[in-house]
Parts: sequence; structure tokens; C-alpha cells
Amino acid sequence: MSDATANQLLTTADGKPLKSALARAERRARHRAFLLVLPLLAFILITFVTPIAQMLHQSVYNEGFTMHTEIGSGERTPIMVNIKEWFDQNPAGTEPDEAAFAALAEDMKTLRELRAAGSAGTRINYERSGTRSMFTKAARNANKLEPPFKEAFIDLDEDWTDPALWRVMRDASSAYTMNFYLAAIDLTKSPDGDITSVAQNRQVYVTLFQRTLFLSVLITFLTFALGYPVAHLLATLPLRYSNLLMILVLLPFWTSLLVRTTSWMVLLQSQGVINDALVGVGLLGDENRLQMMYNQIGTVVAMTHILLPFMVLPLYSVMRPINPSYVRAARSLGATSWTAFWRIYFPQTIPGIGAGALLVFILSVGYYITPALVGGASGQLISNLIAFHMQNSLNWSLAAALAALLLGGVLILYWLYDRLVGIDNLKLG
Amino acid sequence: MAASQTSDAFVEFDRVQKSYDGETLVVKDLNLTMPRGEFLTMLGPSGSGKTTCLMMLAGFETATHGDIRLGGKSINNIPPHKRGIGMVFQNYALFPHMTIEENLSFPLEVRSIGKSDREAKVKRALEMVEMGSFGKRRPAQLSGGQQQRVALARALVFEPELVLMDEPLGALDKQLREKMQFEITHLAHSLGITVVYVTHDQTEALTMSDRVAVFDDGVIQQLDTPDKLYEEPMNSFVAQFIGENNTLEGVVKEIKNGVALVQLDEGEVIDCNPVNVSKAGERTRVSIRPERVEFNKARLQEGAHTLKAEVLEFIYMGDIFRTRLRVAGNDEFVVKTRNAPDQKRLQPGEHIEIGWLPEDCRALDA
Repeated sequence: MSDATANQLLTTADGKPLKSALARAERRARHRAFLLVLPLLAFILITFVTPIAQMLHQSVYNEGFTMHTEIGSGERTPIMVNIKEWFDQNPAGTEPDEAAFAALAEDMKTLRELRAAGSAGTRINYERSGTRSMFTKAARNANKLEPPFKEAFIDLDEDWTDPALWRVMRDASSAYTMNFYLAAIDLTKSPDGDITSVAQNRQVYVTLFQRTLFLSVLITFLTFALGYPVAHLLATLPLRYSNLLMILVLLPFWTSLLVRTTSWMVLLQSQGVINDALVGVGLLGDENRLQMMYNQIGTVVAMTHILLPFMVLPLYSVMRPINPSYVRAARSLGATSWTAFWRIYFPQTIPGIGAGALLVFILSVGYYITPALVGGASGQLISNLIAFHMQNSLNWSLAAALAALLLGGVLILYWLYDRLVGIDNLKLG
Repeated sequence: MAASQTSDAFVEFDRVQKSYDGETLVVKDLNLTMPRGEFLTMLGPSGSGKTTCLMMLAGFETATHGDIRLGGKSINNIPPHKRGIGMVFQNYALFPHMTIEENLSFPLEVRSIGKSDREAKVKRALEMVEMGSFGKRRPAQLSGGQQQRVALARALVFEPELVLMDEPLGALDKQLREKMQFEITHLAHSLGITVVYVTHDQTEALTMSDRVAVFDDGVIQQLDTPDKLYEEPMNSFVAQFIGENNTLEGVVKEIKNGVALVQLDEGEVIDCNPVNVSKAGERTRVSIRPERVEFNKARLQEGAHTLKAEVLEFIYMGDIFRTRLRVAGNDEFVVKTRNAPDQKRLQPGEHIEIGWLPEDCRALDA
């Protein structure tokens, strides 16, 4: 097409611009298509996007120390308003004076009326353990508190002058905080607001993140090493044999996850099948039974088995359509069977490897039930701790922060994968 | 020809048999000798064993029995990558994750040829197939014909003496196929390489080859030059398979002076060239090429037998006319005539008499 006609505005037969006519013609079809996907869109929005948004919000927002919600009526009353005012007037690090304690005493009366001392104390207790009882005690005695308030509080508990406690209260007096993220990576704030590491004996999360990362990489590698030959076999066998083998690969999918995990427990425990067999044939003394469960070995073995299909299936779907004539061509061109595999076959399976590795890695990073059952203390993953904070300590904000870090980590990996391999190279099946 | 070891034999199949399941033979007793520089085509219907032969020569299948020799040495136990045979595959098998240059460079790299030497050879090979400017592209960015050229260049770049081609033009459209047929033959002859070419397209086989081996049922039915194969088929399979052919069935009445008198099943008697019949009383299938049928009585020999025919259909095909006749109860009897100014255009329903030279009408096996 020449430049002149290209620049000219094209029109339909009756003179309307071609572009708008085309848009109008396609609009109806687009609307109908959109209506079709609308239910799914709504479903995803409600079940997926909203909870994630809520979780992310929860990780930086906790109103335990600023707002009391009546359980029955749902009535919301601001609490700790006086002390918040004092915090606003005095910069961080100011020694709490009589006015501060007076404000605190006033707030304690409110807590007593609302019976909210427990939840407010819990919020402080997240960051400084042993403080919840101080709040309940102070609230119980709120009416007996008399000036000078500072001494009155010290009478109740000497820790009321602890600068660290006041630092926590200052942070908690605003519902938005990054402190849960700090806690999630074993950091805390010093009394004057500097960020420092928590005491050595209380550092758990970073170690656990590292262990989760290490075990996930290990499991991903193991599934790859075990799955690649299997997938290759599946892809090259005649269909009637490969179908049978495929059933064996998929069989774990059809069994409940719990059944599979417990059967690993039966196999691996010290009085279990493997140990009994080893002792039975005399390879192992009865007193030296191998400890293969309630440690990392158990987690790795069971999770590798459970996640294997997620590696095999993408690999298979990539290998199946690879024409055998590629390898033949390489061989006829003078390549040894290893060179033909490594230079010709293997590169063509990389999209499958990427997809399988990404799937297995993401699944194992967030795996919960198997490590909880066979992992013992040393085989726990970060998700077990998230579950602990959800169910036992009820520190949902910390759980949310941990989960958000996990999500962020996975997204970074996904981004890295996209940069290195290219997401359009991903082939899931 | 069996087990003959002539001095110029380059490729030899010596009593080669191949079975996949131990019950049936896919290739039955194959003997074939090719001199250096020959372009030989293995032609046959699918399942006739031609591709199996090629795969055995390339080293991807092992012969169940017999010897395959290359340059006088048995290659039965030599793995494919040490045979030094170039091969062009049906689907080209260009490595999709490599550029065209990398594809061509691959056979040179595995032979540990230096970088500068490699680049020169790749460049020369690409220019040879007129693909010099496509080196940086990937196979998926090329058309079928271009991929074909690259596959050819890749099979030639390491300068093999023998190149195998497994239906390389099967995926191309007719016009491109004809162009490539010419180019491949031209290239093969100018480079002086030996080519074994497998196809099921008889036109391709006839136009490209020095010799054609017609396969059927695991046996070479006839191994001959294209003209001999077309004009002098040695049995009815070859006659049917190569080109268009008219068949009439009957019984040999007598053979005299090199001419067989055949009585057709409908009662008429015709003169034939006895190829596969030896005595009177044998059943035979008579084969006549459509363009050798004559219905202008003046051009026939004195005293030649003629047959009555009814014109059923006249098809104008541009360069030729194709007329379908009913002859001796056969409704599929075809006559081809050249579109010449004085050529008569027959009308359906017309009754004519047809005849031919006795040597054009071959009495073959029934």
C-alpha cells in the first residue's frame, strides 16, 4: 500500500470512519463474550483477590490497641485515645511522665468498662510477651488508681516503666504498622525506634524461611531427577504401555493426601516397614534403627513423592510432541547419543522443566500438611508456622505478614523465571 | 547381481532381510549395488519396505540378516554418527531452538572443526541453496520451501559422499516441488555426491533419478533407468505403479516371431510383446500406455489387429486430450493425444477402432 492511501482515513461505503464502524460491529460480540466470563471473574474476585487483599491489609493493620468491637452488637468504640494523644504530643523516646501515666489510667477505666483489656493487652503481647496480664491487672484496678499515677502503676507492676513496653504501645496506638513484617524477619524496634535483630534465642522465622527455600529447591531438584526419565519413557513408549505407566504416575493423585502421607509414616517410622526389613535382613542392628521420620528426611521423601506428578506431567506434555527425527537428524549429522540428547533433545524440553520446577517449587514452598505430619521439629516449613499463628497464637497479622513475604518471594521468583526463561515458554500441559 | 562385488560399488545391500516382529519380513532378500555418484530412487507404496531400507543404511535400524556395505566396508556395526552419511528428513528436522546458522554449524561442531573454517563452510552451504541471507533466522520463521533448502544445506555442509533423502518434498505444493526436484538433482550432479532418495511419487522418481528401484512387498520389483521403467515394465505391478496404464486380461494363444497373440476375455485377439509369458495357454495381463494407443488407422501397421471402442468421455486438459473409452468390456481404457492442430476431438458415443504397435503392448504376468 502506498503512503498516500495509508494516511488517508478509510471510510465505509456510506462514509462513516472504518475504525468506528468496525468497533461498533465488534462491540456486541465483545459484550456477549464478557458476559460469559463474568461468573468466573466474579468467582475469582470473591474467592481469590479479596482474601489476598484482606491478608495484605491485615499484615500492616491491626486495631487491637485502637478500637474495641463489641462482640454481640458489633458496636465499635475507640480505645486508648488519651495515651494516643500523649504519644502524638511527645516524640518517640520521651520518658513517660506523670501526664502519660494519667492518660494511661484514664484509658484503663475505659478498658474496664468495655472489658477490652484482654484484647488490647494481646496486641501489645504480640510484640512483648508477658504484657497481657499487666493490662488485665491494671484495668481490673483502674478505679483504684490515684495520683501520682506513675507510682500507682509501678505498684501494680514494675515493668510499666519499661521503655520497650512504651515503644510498643506507641507503635500500637496507630493501627497501621510495619512491625509485623519486622517480626516476620526476626527484627524488632529498640525503645528509641531503631530497627535491631531480636535476641538470638528468639530468631525463628529467617531460619525457617531459609529451610523452606532449601528444602523446596531440594525437592524440586529431586522431582526433576526422578521425573525426567519417567516422563521421557512415557513420551517414547507406545501408547498402550505409556497409558499404563501414566496411571501409575497419576495414582497418587487419586488417593487422599492424608492417606499418602500416613502410608509414608507406616513405611518410614522406626518400627516401620523399611526399618523392619533392614533389621530383618541383618543390614541394621535392632538398636540402630534409622530415624527417617519426624525430621527433614521424612519431609523431603514424602513431599518428593507427592509432588512428582506435577513435574512429570508438564515434562510429558512437552516431550510427547518432540519428533524423534530431531535426535535422528543429530545422530546422522555426527553427534554421539549424549551430544544429541544434550544439544538437541534437552533444550527442547526446557519449557517443561521450567513449568514443572515452578509448579513443584511453588507448591512445596507453601506445603503444610505433610511437613506437619512427618516433619517433626526439624522438618517444619514456614507454612506450619503460619498455621500456628492462625490457629494457636491467633496473631493473624503476623501470619498475614509471613504469608505476604512468601507470596512476595514467589512473585519475585516468577519474575526471575520470566526474565531468564520467558513465561511464554512455560508449558503446563 | 547378488553379492557381486564390482570395483565401483559404493553402496551395497547384500542379501539384506529385516523383520520387526520376528514373524513377517518387511524387507525380503534385498540385493542392490550402487556406483559412486549415482542418484538412486527407492519408489514404492507405503509399507513396501523402502523407508526401512533407508533407515538401515542410515543406521537407525539394524538389518536382521545380511550385509550393508559402504565403500566396500560393512557398516552393520557402525553407529549412525560414525557413518558420515548426510540425511534429509521428511519433516526436515531442523532444530527449532537454533538459528539456521547454528543448525548448519552443528555437524561441523561435533566434528571439532575450527570456528573460522566452520563459518566459511556454513556460508558456502547456505549460498549453495540460495539461502545466504537467512542465517540468523529460526526454522519457524521460514516457509516450507526455505526449510527444505536449509535441510538440504545441513545434510551437505559436512561434505558427505552419500546423502539420503526420505520423501523430502512431500510437504511442498506442486509448483515448488517441481522446482526443488530440479534443484536437488542439479546440486547432486554438480557436487558429484551419491544420493539415495525415497519417495512414493513416481513423477518425482522418474524426473530426478539415474536409476529407480521399485519396491513392493519388501522386494525390488524392478531396478532400471526411468525410461526403461516406464516403457518396458517387467511385471504388472511396475506397469500399474509407474505412470498411467491400460490393462486388458486374456490368455496367450500362441507366441511366434517374438509376437504373442493374446485372446482377450471378451473374445478379441490382439498382438503383444511377450514379456512375462512363455507359452500358449498362460493367463496374462496386457499393458498399453495411453499415449501409445492409435485410433488413426492410417498410422497403424499393415495387418495389425484392431479393437472396437466406444468413446465414453472426452476431457480437454490443455496440452493433451484425455479420452476414456470402453474397450473389450473395460470402461477405464484411456487414450491420451497431443493437442495438435490436426488432432481429432472425439465425441462421446462415437464408435472407433483402435490399435497399436505390438512392441508397445506388453503381455505381463496375470
